[in-house]
Amino acid sequence: MGEPLFDLWIYLSTTPLLGLTVTLAAYIGADALYRRTGRHPAANPVLWAVLLLCGLLWITGTDYGTYFEGAQFIHFLLGPATVALAVPLYAAVKRAARSLPAAIVAVLCGAVTASGSAVGIAWLLGAGEATLLSLAPKSVTTPIAMGVSDRIGGLPSLTAVLVILTGILGAVIGPPLLSAVGIKGWMARGLAVGVTGHGIATARALGVHPVAGAFSSLAMGLNGVATAVLIPLVLTLLTG
Amino acid sequence: MLGYLTLLLVCQLIGESLAVVLAIPLPGPLIGMAVLFVIVFAADALGARGVVDGTTEAADALLRHLSLLFVPAGVGVVLHLALIREEWLSITLALIGSAVLTTLVTGWVMQRLGPAEPPAGGLDRSRD
Repeated sequence: MGEPLFDLWIYLSTTPLLGLTVTLAAYIGADALYRRTGRHPAANPVLWAVLLLCGLLWITGTDYGTYFEGAQFIHFLLGPATVALAVPLYAAVKRAARSLPAAIVAVLCGAVTASGSAVGIAWLLGAGEATLLSLAPKSVTTPIAMGVSDRIGGLPSLTAVLVILTGILGAVIGPPLLSAVGIKGWMARGLAVGVTGHGIATARALGVHPVAGAFSSLAMGLNGVATAVLIPLVLTLLTG
Repeated sequence: MLGYLTLLLVCQLIGESLAVVLAIPLPGPLIGMAVLFVIVFAADALGARGVVDGTTEAADALLRHLSLLFVPAGVGVVLHLALIREEWLSITLALIGSAVLTTLVTGWVMQRLGPAEPPAGGLDRSRD
């Protein structure tokens, strides 16, 4: 690398502009790939943008703190975006009003199963405390899951990646699994993939059937609230 | 639009403040979401169409690219590579086992308790 080019790198790597720009560029690229594959869950743009950026940080020897100085401007918007989730949740609740009591019970059972089984399996296999706490909120939509993880002493960034992987799993294995065991109603199917795979599965369900999509959004919203309330409560009870 | 974006921030501010002052173990933005839910519900019930539409417009603007907002935090996974290298097997099995169980439990409960549904099949888009 020539002297002036090196000086430019030294200058740019210290401004927030670079971190912000590469984040947007990586996401736009990953999103284009996602569209090209017909929105296949395995081409999830968040996953690929994250992998791309991790690779870039590694190649350039940039530490995460320096990168985050720029990326924090995007990260900040997670808070207001979480608040904004109230709007689609309200729309889903209103649309599903007639089936709401059954849906709430089903989502509660699903929420307990999601956290309980993930933590239980990892614990049996000898995972450490940080992993267990980061796994607990993994079936909830990312902004809520990261908030919960942070609150209970997990690693929010690990939770973010686990949430995305869970969403992909839920979207890919959910529909064939439900068909195999004879669960055929759109409400039950939508709710099941929504609790397991939050926004990623909901995006998929919306493309399959409007009723499945509506119940998947409902499940995602209710599960977010249920999990955020239940996990700290259970932890408080367990630890005294 | 600007007014309703401010409303979202005000809700978050209320949420964060309540979480700290009342020592509620919930993320502040989630409490803010509950506050906004009540506001939208009340506006809809009172027939304040303008408030509902304005809030929806501001929320859509933020949620349209919601996925992008996870990226900076997701990259933070580079800080935990050692942990992942050590526990990848238990993490992987926990994710798969939990996804299977959660899907089955939720689907079964809804099928038992929910209203009778015609089986999925065909492309009946008329029942929305």
